[in-house]
Amino acid sequence: MKLRKFLPYLILLLGSVVMLFPFIWMVSTSLKAPIDIFNLSIIPENPTLSNYLQILEESMFVRWFINSFIVAVITTISVLFFDTLVGYIIAKFRFVGRTVIFVLILSTLMVPTEMLIIPWYMMSSELGWTDTYWAVLFPGLMTGFGVFLMRQFMEQIPDDLLNAARIDGMNEYVIFFKIAVPQVWPAISALAIFTFLSNWNAFLWPLIAIESPSLRTLPVGLSFFSSGEAESQWHLIMTGATISVIPIILVFILLQRHIIKGITLTGMK
Amino acid sequence: MEQYSSSHHHNQENKPPQKEKKSLTHKFRGNLKYQKYLFVYTCLLLPIIFYLGIRILPTLFTFNVGFRDWNLLSTDIQPFVGFENYLTLFKDEVFIKSIFNTLIYIVLGVSGQLIFGIIVALLLHKINRFVGFFRVIYFIPYVTSIVAISWVFQWILMGNGIINDVLVNLGLPPQPFLNSPDQAIYVIIGAMIWQSIGFQMILFLAGLENIPEMLYEAADIDGASPWQKFWHVTFPLLNPTIVFSAVIGTITFIQVSFTQVVNMSMDGSGGPLNSTISVVVYIYQLAFRQFDMGLASAATVILFLFILALTLFQMKVLTKKFDY
Repeated sequence: MKLRKFLPYLILLLGSVVMLFPFIWMVSTSLKAPIDIFNLSIIPENPTLSNYLQILEESMFVRWFINSFIVAVITTISVLFFDTLVGYIIAKFRFVGRTVIFVLILSTLMVPTEMLIIPWYMMSSELGWTDTYWAVLFPGLMTGFGVFLMRQFMEQIPDDLLNAARIDGMNEYVIFFKIAVPQVWPAISALAIFTFLSNWNAFLWPLIAIESPSLRTLPVGLSFFSSGEAESQWHLIMTGATISVIPIILVFILLQRHIIKGITLTGMK
Repeated sequence: MEQYSSSHHHNQENKPPQKEKKSLTHKFRGNLKYQKYLFVYTCLLLPIIFYLGIRILPTLFTFNVGFRDWNLLSTDIQPFVGFENYLTLFKDEVFIKSIFNTLIYIVLGVSGQLIFGIIVALLLHKINRFVGFFRVIYFIPYVTSIVAISWVFQWILMGNGIINDVLVNLGLPPQPFLNSPDQAIYVIIGAMIWQSIGFQMILFLAGLENIPEMLYEAADIDGASPWQKFWHVTFPLLNPTIVFSAVIGTITFIQVSFTQVVNMSMDGSGGPLNSTISVVVYIYQLAFRQFDMGLASAATVILFLFILALTLFQMKVLTKKFDY
C-alpha cells in the first residue's frame, strides 16, 4: 500500500533526473579546464571560471545577448500593442470590412513561416534591409495567433462598460487603454511571455536575415561559434550554451506561476 | 460666455422642444459614430498594410516563384516553367527522403510528446506534495534555446561522451548515436520529445483538472478498474486537449526539425547520409546555399500542402464522437 503511494513520486523523481541531467552536465563541463572535460565527475575537481573569461574576451556573446534582448523586447512590445488593439476592434466594433479583415488575418495562421522566408529574404535584400535589426524584426511585429487570442478575451468585456465610458465623453483611445486593456491583463501577460520566448529562441529567420557576426542573435551566434571558431572545444561550447540558457531559466523560475497560468489560459481557449 | 452657454444648455434639457432634442441626440450619435469609424480605420491601417505586405502577398509570391526558373546567381529573367520545379523535386531522392523524415519526426515526435505529457500529468495529478516543484523541473527544457540544448546533447552523446562511458562501464557496447545513419534520427526525435514534455504536461494538467470528480466516483460505484477509468473517463474527456496539442505540436515540430537538425546532425545539414534531413533543412539548402529560389519555393508549397493535409487529418481522426 505504501509503495503504491510513493511510486508516482519515485517515477517523477527519476524523470526529473532525465530532465535536469543535460543542464547539470553542461554547467559542470563549463567549469572544467580543457584537460579535465573527459573526466566523468559531475562536480568538477578543479573548478575554474577560465572558460567564461576566455569567451567573454574572445567572442561576442555579450553583444549577441544584447542583440537578442533588443529584438525580443521590441517585437514583444509591438505584438502586444497591435494584436491587442486589432483583437479589441474586431471583437467590439461593427464596421465595413470587419469579417474580411478577420478572415485575412486568420488565414495567415495556416501558412507556416517557413514558407515565407524566401520572399522575406528577397524583400529584405531588394529594400536594403539585410543585416539590420529591422530585417530580423519586421516579420514578427504582429501575429495572427495574438489577434485571435485577444479577440477571444475582448469579446467577454460587456458592451455596457464601454458605452458607459463613451457617454462619459471618453475618447476611444482612452477607452481602449483605460477600460478594455485592464480587463484582459492575464491574456496580455500570457501573450507577452510567449512572444518574448519565441523571439528570444528564434533561429531560422535571424540566421537568414543577418550576415555580420556582430548583429547575430544569441542562438545564431552560439550555432556559428560551436561549429566554427570553437569547433570540438567542448569546454567552450558548453560555456556558451550555459551563458545562453541560464538567464532564461532564472527568469522562468521567477515568473513560473504566470507562465504556467498563461499556457493553461491560452490552451483552454 | 461659457456659463451662459451651459445654462442655456440646461434650459433646453429642462423643457426641451421635442424637435430640437431629437436633432441634438442625433447629432451626438452621429458624432460618436464618426469618432468610432475614425478610431477603427486609423488603428487598422498599419495592421492591414502589415498583413497584406508581409504575410498575404509574400505567400502568393511564393506560389508564383515556384512556377518559375528563378536562380539568384544566374539569370536576370525568370521564365515561367509550369510544374517543372515540382517534377524535378519529386525526382530528387533527397527531397523524397526529407518528406519521409519529416513525417517520421512528426508522427513519432508528436505522439511521443503526447504520451509522455499525459503520463507526467497523470502522475502529478495523483500526488499531493511537490506538485509545483516537479512542474518547474519538467518545464525547464521548454523555455531553453533549442540551439544550446542541441549542442549539449551532441556533447553528451558523442563517441567518448558521458553516455558511452556509462554504457562501457556497465559492460555494454558503446553506441554511435548521432554518427549512425540508423540511430541519428531517433536520437534527434528523443531530444525533441524531451524538450516538449513540459508544455504538453501543463496542457494536460489543465485538462485533467476540468474533469469532474463525480465521474470517477460513478465509475468506482460501477466497479471500474483504474485502466477502465482511464480509457472510459479520462481519455475521452481529454480529447479536445489532445487535438489541440497534436495540431500545435505538428506546427512547432516543422520548425524545430530545422533548428534541431542543423545543430545536432554531424554535418549540420541532415547527415549522416541525409538520414536526418527534414523538408525545412532541404529548403534552406536549396534557397540559401544554391540560391535556387524557384525549386525552393516549390518545395515550400509542397510543405504547406503537407501541413494542411496533416492538420485536417488530425482534426478528423482525433475528434471522434464518444458515447458517455
